Amino acid sequence: MSDPEASLSAPIEQPRVAVADAGTTPSAAFGFRWRQRLEAILIPAGAIGVSLILFGVFCFFAGANPLAVYASIDKAAFGSWYSFQNTLVRAAPLMLCALCTAIPFRLGLVVIGNEGAFVIGGLCATIVGLQLPNGSPLTVQIVMALTGMGAGGLWILLVGALKYYRGVNETISSLLMNYIALALLNQAVNSWIKDPSSLNKPSSYPIPDVQMLQPIGGSLVNWGLVFGIVACLITWFLIQKTTFGFQIRVIGGNIRAARLAGLPVGPTIVIACFLAGAAPGLAGMVEVAAVQGSASESLAAGYGYSGVLVAFLARQNAFGCILVSVLLGGLLASGGILQRTHHLPDATTLVFQGIVFLTILYSESLYGRWRFFSEGKA
Amino acid sequence: MSNPAGGLGWLGVPLAILAGAVRGGTPFLFVSLGECLTEKSGKINLGLEGVLLMGAMSGYAISYKTGSPWIGVLAGGCAGMILGLIHAWLVLRPNVNDVAVGIAMIIFGGGFAFFLGKPFIQPVAPQLPSIDLGNWSADPAIRAALKICPLFFAGVALAFGMHWFFRSTRWGMFVRAVGDQPGAARAMGISVWKVRTASIVCGSFLAGIGGAYLSLFYPGSWNERVSSGQGVMAVALVIFARWNPVECLWASLLFGGAQALGPALQSVGIGGYYYLFNAAPYILTLAVMIATCNPRRSLTGAPGAIGTGL
Amino acid sequence: MIKQLLVGIAAGVAVLGTASADDLKLGFIFVGPKDDYGYNQAHAQGEAGISGLSGVKTVDEAQVPETVAVEETMRDMITQDSVSVLFPTSFGYFDPHIVKVAKQFPDIQFLHCGGLYADGKTPKNVGSYFGYIDEAEYICGIVAASTSKTGKIGFIAAKPIPQVLRNINSYTLGAQTVNPKVSVQVIFTGDWSLPVKEAEAANSLVDQGADVLTCHVDSPKVVVQTAEKRGVYVTGYHANQSAMAPKGYLTGAEWDWTNVYGMYIKLLQSGKTLENGGIPHMFRGGIKDGFVKISPYGSAVSDQGKAAAEAAKAQFMAGTMVIYKGPISDNKGKVVIPAGTSMDQKDPGLEKMDYLVTGVVGSTQG
Repeated sequence: MSDPEASLSAPIEQPRVAVADAGTTPSAAFGFRWRQRLEAILIPAGAIGVSLILFGVFCFFAGANPLAVYASIDKAAFGSWYSFQNTLVRAAPLMLCALCTAIPFRLGLVVIGNEGAFVIGGLCATIVGLQLPNGSPLTVQIVMALTGMGAGGLWILLVGALKYYRGVNETISSLLMNYIALALLNQAVNSWIKDPSSLNKPSSYPIPDVQMLQPIGGSLVNWGLVFGIVACLITWFLIQKTTFGFQIRVIGGNIRAARLAGLPVGPTIVIACFLAGAAPGLAGMVEVAAVQGSASESLAAGYGYSGVLVAFLARQNAFGCILVSVLLGGLLASGGILQRTHHLPDATTLVFQGIVFLTILYSESLYGRWRFFSEGKA
Repeated sequence: MSNPAGGLGWLGVPLAILAGAVRGGTPFLFVSLGECLTEKSGKINLGLEGVLLMGAMSGYAISYKTGSPWIGVLAGGCAGMILGLIHAWLVLRPNVNDVAVGIAMIIFGGGFAFFLGKPFIQPVAPQLPSIDLGNWSADPAIRAALKICPLFFAGVALAFGMHWFFRSTRWGMFVRAVGDQPGAARAMGISVWKVRTASIVCGSFLAGIGGAYLSLFYPGSWNERVSSGQGVMAVALVIFARWNPVECLWASLLFGGAQALGPALQSVGIGGYYYLFNAAPYILTLAVMIATCNPRRSLTGAPGAIGTGL
Repeated sequence: MIKQLLVGIAAGVAVLGTASADDLKLGFIFVGPKDDYGYNQAHAQGEAGISGLSGVKTVDEAQVPETVAVEETMRDMITQDSVSVLFPTSFGYFDPHIVKVAKQFPDIQFLHCGGLYADGKTPKNVGSYFGYIDEAEYICGIVAASTSKTGKIGFIAAKPIPQVLRNINSYTLGAQTVNPKVSVQVIFTGDWSLPVKEAEAANSLVDQGADVLTCHVDSPKVVVQTAEKRGVYVTGYHANQSAMAPKGYLTGAEWDWTNVYGMYIKLLQSGKTLENGGIPHMFRGGIKDGFVKISPYGSAVSDQGKAAAEAAKAQFMAGTMVIYKGPISDNKGKVVIPAGTSMDQKDPGLEKMDYLVTGVVGSTQG
């Protein structure tokens, strides 16, 4: 119906939306604010495409065939059900860890204490879980999950409280708490809770096999994935659709206005930070109960820091965290094949991740740059 | 058992802490001064860890190739500048968050450093010379402790120089203006973009030199674990020092000394709890921050534009 | 004619196909980088040493952490690269990762570097190998004590786990055969690779009077270079670091993985496997079996030192040397090996070592 040569702001087969109607009349074919949604898909997708090209150039100079590298990455990350499971396994802890940054960001706080909460959650869950050697698997897992969430929650609650009641910068305090958590973990598994028979790899006593979290069905993926997806969805709902979430967003927007409006700022910050820490604490419990089987220094696997990055790449959107975690999971899952098949050194996967993240972050600045994506503006 | 003949015994502990403060504190000094400059202009650079690694790698590589460690130091600084340019370019665009870019740069910078640095792990590169301040002593331990790298003195001079720069020069005022009230600075005709880019790039240059020090003086070796997180800790250090370059100097000495505490105590027989000792600098920083921060003042000295994305 | 050409090509491809199907495909997994001048490099050198042998193909992956990542790597090597024998070289891979994946792939053999195989508990397709490097450390101790002028040796170690303690103790016992009053001071840094702490520890030990340094960390590079800078002697570990300390390097305890992997290949190529009993589940050896070796002596080693070391080496080669022969007490005064008892290298009691012998200054408590 419309002329294909019409101005770029008019898409094909789409009746022109008059300025006055913009935002009030849902357009016939694509729905309300479809341009913004399209923008939100095309820009990151374009960024990933560009980053692949840049990485291909890097591979070329490093002596590998870029096209073969692309094929391998696809094969290793998404190409088959087997490789997709690998990606999901890697993505699962990231979803929970990302929430530790995403939730406080809504309050206007930049928290990077995910690693500390993860480690403390895993450690405490192990200690408590070992006290119930005869419990039924479900009981033990529930107790461990609650402990992990509680410990991680308290860890970040401390960060939030220090910020609100003492003015201590939360980015720095959460960073320092990471190191402290790591030191506590090392001290604990090397002496306080060490299993004497875990001689050459100091760990706590192991959780009995029957009490461990089992994989979902016959797949390689454990229940941590479900916890992650559910937690992200709950968070999204909490922040967007509840009064509590509204309070959080108001505090994040303008803390003085929130105070003036009589909102309970202190308690809100404290509770929100507790929830923020509970998520990586749960991830820590899953790492122990589904993967490691005991607490050891392998618990400090760096998932926390990756979680920070996921949160920022997902623009602090809890639902986006799920997608970005899968993306990062895919990147991580493709690291091995770069070494084995293309003989690229192990640092190549870091360069790849760096290129992808920097391009996506760059693309953040492109929103609103093109008229095509603005809603019905003249 | 704890005072074997021929050794220093208990005297060894304060000596080690002093020596550690200087030799371990120098990279902290350079990186924190660089971060201080960057933050004074209103932007946080968490990516200095990646800059540190690139600086360490390029310093070592160029020193090996050219035979001159000082050219290596310069190369380390230049490598830092290149990463700083990337960081500045990204972070000064609208809607891009500095913390996120910083973490991405740690991964990118680190990855590049390890990738390019593989061929340089085996060879031994010429090291930076030291000024022997301890030759008055017959004791080899004291002499070794007082072998100080000229870069340390450069760093001290830089700390005082930067303090003067911020307080008494026009350019220093521009940097502070841009960091505190970018809107007002723009109104004054200062190019916020230019000042911030220059601050970030110069800051990264200094961090690159700090990295080169690690591989060319102490510990004096290049491998992938050469950094013990100095780049990330620099951000905490700057806040600890309340954005004052001279306080950055004292804080760096404190952190350097704290690093030496654990091994020094073990050498006189006080073993145990070394994990908690390794975390001593961080616990100390947190304690000091809790003690000195105040919600009403909200951190005097903080550049107003930090963290606001302005 | 084209048809004949095609048949010829097909036949050629078939021959190539069968040739590569007969190739032994081995997979190596390293926890750190391949060129750390230490533990991982020693294994990588071993892999490089055998990958040129006919009928052998290797794939490897480095920097694989001890998490789900290594499980994924093992599965990928099996399914994507058709590897039939895996060598995951880091100690921490065993439990739970190797055990889990080994159960999923009963036809693949998993040879782990460590000593954790437990008959009856571990799946049958898993085997262990390790070298008694403490024998080489014993000899290094002899050389160190004969070169040291102060009688004090500094040992920088990562963590007080049995493998490390065994090295410290063997080093000390060797040193004590030359100088019964020698003192070995130990500093634990807390982790496998902490360059700044290792440098601080090295400096502290030299400040306390040590004039020979040695270490048990993942990458001895920093300790060796610090020793050279301070002008003291050093004995190396894992690999040969003499290039970094031309004046101070005395000798070192090295792995000879090329030899070990070569032995495995001979067994595998003749059809022996873990399941059919042809390959022992616990494959370990010391100097005599070529699992470990000592580096060539440096210029600073005296003739007496060399003679003492060679004498001890001869005893190892003849199988008559027993390092852990009672009475041995720990450094707190308790008798750990009573008089008249001796513990042979293969004795499982040595795997549980949790003490430091008399003459060692330091504590196992963290």
